[in-house]
Amino acid sequence: MRIPCPLCGDRDHREFTYKGAAVALDRPGNSDWSDDWDSYIHLRDNPAGDTDEMWWHGAGCGGWLVVTRNTVTHEVKAARMAADVKGAGA
Amino acid sequence: MASLIAKSPCAGMAPISVGDAALREVDPGVITSLSPLAGGDVGALKAAHGMAFPAPGRASGKAGARAVWSGRGQAFLIGPAPDAALKAHFAMTDQSDGWAVLGLEGTAAREVLARLCPLDLRPDRFKRGHTARTLIGHMTGSVTRVGADSFDLMVFRSMAQTAVHEIEEAMKSVAARG
Repeated sequence: MRIPCPLCGDRDHREFTYKGAAVALDRPGNSDWSDDWDSYIHLRDNPAGDTDEMWWHGAGCGGWLVVTRNTVTHEVKAARMAADVKGAGA
Repeated sequence: MASLIAKSPCAGMAPISVGDAALREVDPGVITSLSPLAGGDVGALKAAHGMAFPAPGRASGKAGARAVWSGRGQAFLIGPAPDAALKAHFAMTDQSDGWAVLGLEGTAAREVLARLCPLDLRPDRFKRGHTARTLIGHMTGSVTRVGADSFDLMVFRSMAQTAVHEIEEAMKSVAARG
C-alpha cells in the first residue's frame, strides 16, 4: 500500500501512522456538552466504500494528511494536506 | 574547568569499504533548521548564502554549503553559520550536534540504500539534488543524492552506531551477491 503524499510523492505505508476517521477536523465549536460532542468523540461510521482518514507522515515530511481510501478494494484514491483541508473550511 | 574532548558522532566507526560501496563520516559544519515565518521572505536565504530555499524534496547549494528540505515548512542550512539577516524571515534552531551525517558512495551505493529505504532511487526518479525524509532501516532520516553514485545520509546522532551497523550489514549483503 502506498500513499501519495502531496509533499513527498508516493510513499510506502510503513512511513505513515494511522489516526482514524477524519472527523478530527470537525471539532464542535462550542465548549458545552452537546449531541455534536457525543458524536465527535464516540460515534464513527463504518463505511463499505470510500472514507476519509487521518494519516501522519511521521517518517517523512511530518505532515498530517487526509487520505481517501476505499475500505472494500483498499484503493487509495487521494491524499491532501490536512492543513489545506482545514483551511478550506471542510 | 575540565577540558573536554569533542568527538564526532561516528568517531571510530567509519570509514568502511565493502565491495563497490564505501561509507564515510561527513563533517557537516553548522546545521541550522530554517522554518519560514509568516510574512517572511524565503528569498532572504538566496541573498545571504547564495542558494535558494529548497522546494519539498529538493536540495540547493553545493558541498560545504547546502540547503536541504527537511520536512513540511522546514529546511536545514548545512555548512555555514546562518547570516544574522535570516532572523527576520525564519525561525532558526542550531541542530549541529543533533545529527550524524554519513556519505555513502560507489557503484553499489544505490543497491545498498535500496535495502534500507522504501524509496524509488532510480537515477531518473531520484536525481542529484533530490532529497527525502524517509526511513533508513528502522530509523527516520534524511537521504540526499549529491552525485551519480553518492548519497548523504542523516540520522539522529543517538542513532549513529545503529546506522553505521545497519548500513555496513547492507553493504556486506550486496557485496556477497557479487
